[in-house]
Amino acid sequence: MADAAPTTDALAPIIRLTSVSKWFGSFQALRNVDLAVGRGEKVVVCGPSGSGKSTMIRCINRLESHQRGRIVVDGIELTDNLRNIESVRSEVGMVFQAFNLFPHLTVIDNLTLAPMLVRRMPKQDAADLAMDYLKRVRIPEQAFKYPGQLSGGQQQRVAIARSLCMQPKIMLFDEPTSALDPEMIKEVLDVMVELAESGMTMVVVTHEMGFARTVADKMVFMDDGEIVEEAPTEAFFDRPGSERTRLFMSQILTH
Amino acid sequence: MSRAPSPPADAGWIQQRKPSEPPPPVERIGFLRWLRDNLFSSVPNSIISVLGIIALVYSVPRAVSWVFIDSVWYTADPGTCRAAGGACWAVITEKHRVMFFGLYPFEEHWRPFLALILYLGTLVISAMPRFWRWRILLPLWIAATAAILVLMLGGVFGLRPLETNDWGGLPLTMVVFTGTMVIGTPIAVLLALGRRSDMPVIKTICVIFIEGVRAVPLVTVLFCAAVVFPLLLPPGITIDKLVRVIIGMGIFFACFQAEVIRGGLQAIPRGQYEAADSLGLRYWQKTRKIILPQAIRIVIPGLMNHVISSFKNSTYVIIVGLFDILNATSASVADPNWIAYYTEAYLFVAFVYFLGAFALSRYSQFLEQRFGEGRR
Repeated sequence: MADAAPTTDALAPIIRLTSVSKWFGSFQALRNVDLAVGRGEKVVVCGPSGSGKSTMIRCINRLESHQRGRIVVDGIELTDNLRNIESVRSEVGMVFQAFNLFPHLTVIDNLTLAPMLVRRMPKQDAADLAMDYLKRVRIPEQAFKYPGQLSGGQQQRVAIARSLCMQPKIMLFDEPTSALDPEMIKEVLDVMVELAESGMTMVVVTHEMGFARTVADKMVFMDDGEIVEEAPTEAFFDRPGSERTRLFMSQILTH
Repeated sequence: MSRAPSPPADAGWIQQRKPSEPPPPVERIGFLRWLRDNLFSSVPNSIISVLGIIALVYSVPRAVSWVFIDSVWYTADPGTCRAAGGACWAVITEKHRVMFFGLYPFEEHWRPFLALILYLGTLVISAMPRFWRWRILLPLWIAATAAILVLMLGGVFGLRPLETNDWGGLPLTMVVFTGTMVIGTPIAVLLALGRRSDMPVIKTICVIFIEGVRAVPLVTVLFCAAVVFPLLLPPGITIDKLVRVIIGMGIFFACFQAEVIRGGLQAIPRGQYEAADSLGLRYWQKTRKIILPQAIRIVIPGLMNHVISSFKNSTYVIIVGLFDILNATSASVADPNWIAYYTEAYLFVAFVYFLGAFALSRYSQFLEQRFGEGRR
């Protein structure tokens, strides 16, 4: 059952978390989390810090392991089985708050490394693919620079392009703009909006509510390790159901 | 004509034009001013400076006259040295063949000499980043090793056959040093990675091995390699004495280097590991391409420390009765005619070691600069 082939049913959710719980030592970070993300769906996860939002999406590509419950990504269940983990990771791209570019490699080497090693792409094909994505994120001229020579916004766009070079089915974003200066946030969000419009399945942890309103199909509010509210975007913003949600939204929307 | 009223005091202001940028002021400090700032800036500093100047005035002329002016450079007669007041560098001109080549037969000295040249040439080429491709370095080292072994051991091409027991002096130092590096470095990397592994068996083995070997003096490790290890081999199989010693040195070196490398591995932000994982890179791909390049760059100073130590530790081959450059020097000044001049001989050997260690140290700085450490 764990090694089931990727489901061909286009209506089945591509990510499904069922009663997922996770502990760090004795501290419970996730409590019985249930979440389903459909193909092409954009889900924005928000909540106060420490609510488990990052932990939850890091469980989706097994950067964290869960102790209870099931996580199934594209038909593959995430367990300790290394082969499953590796297949999931090549279909799920992740963008980090701290960018995590490889500082000793040029931008283009950062992008071509994984396709060449994991998908065994020949060097020239990988380079062409990388340049295409660099053009998509609008910084093709930076291809031969080192990450340390780029601004934060440029680095994050390179990070997005790097994940996209593996042509994943799902993109996870862990507070992608939280470490950026305000004038650079827009350039990164624009790239993410374009990505959303191209049909990518996205799960985004962010505080950027303007972006969420534009792009998200579904909003998820987490607090204290559990999902407090999950609703379509319009309903979430106009008529938040839970008191906790309302409190949180009032805190972040007024500034 | 009335003047325009001045704006109210709290109106603020807007910059109208960009200020021009004058060049920075040129600072020239006079010599006396420099003296005052650097040598005599306070009473304690001044006292130290005066003492230092007195020490220099006392010692430098004497040193110069001992080393250069009153010294004897060429003579076969120790009596001439006794008569002169200065250094007797003639010890070196007399004994340098033994110092440099040990017990190697006198008429065959051209062979280790040529081997040294080949070796140094190979090292210099390998040190230059533009040649850092497997396609260049691997054949180069294989060819150089083969050529050097042929030269030193002989037996083919009409060369008189000799054994490792006949090797000595500087070529022996180089062989031991290089062998230690070549054997020790891969083991060090594996031990460091193993110690950080999630697999308990591997981790335990690595910890016990590293801590065990580090706790023991090098002399003991070499003694074990030289004497104890052959007892464990099946009868009839022997491994050359020098090879055993080099393996022992390599293992000792590896255990220290492993900890240095592990420090580098720990210094890499966790995000690097996570980014590599999230791209789907497997363990060895991630380690080879992302983690190790960064880890090693960070700990270059620490690594070179042990490399330089290892260069000097090569003198321990005396344990198996082999004479590297330092031991050969000791042996050569045991000659009763020249024994009074052991100072000059040891100073000279120290100078040779200094050249080697200094070259390694400068190379380390070159590597650090090249990889941009401290600028990121």
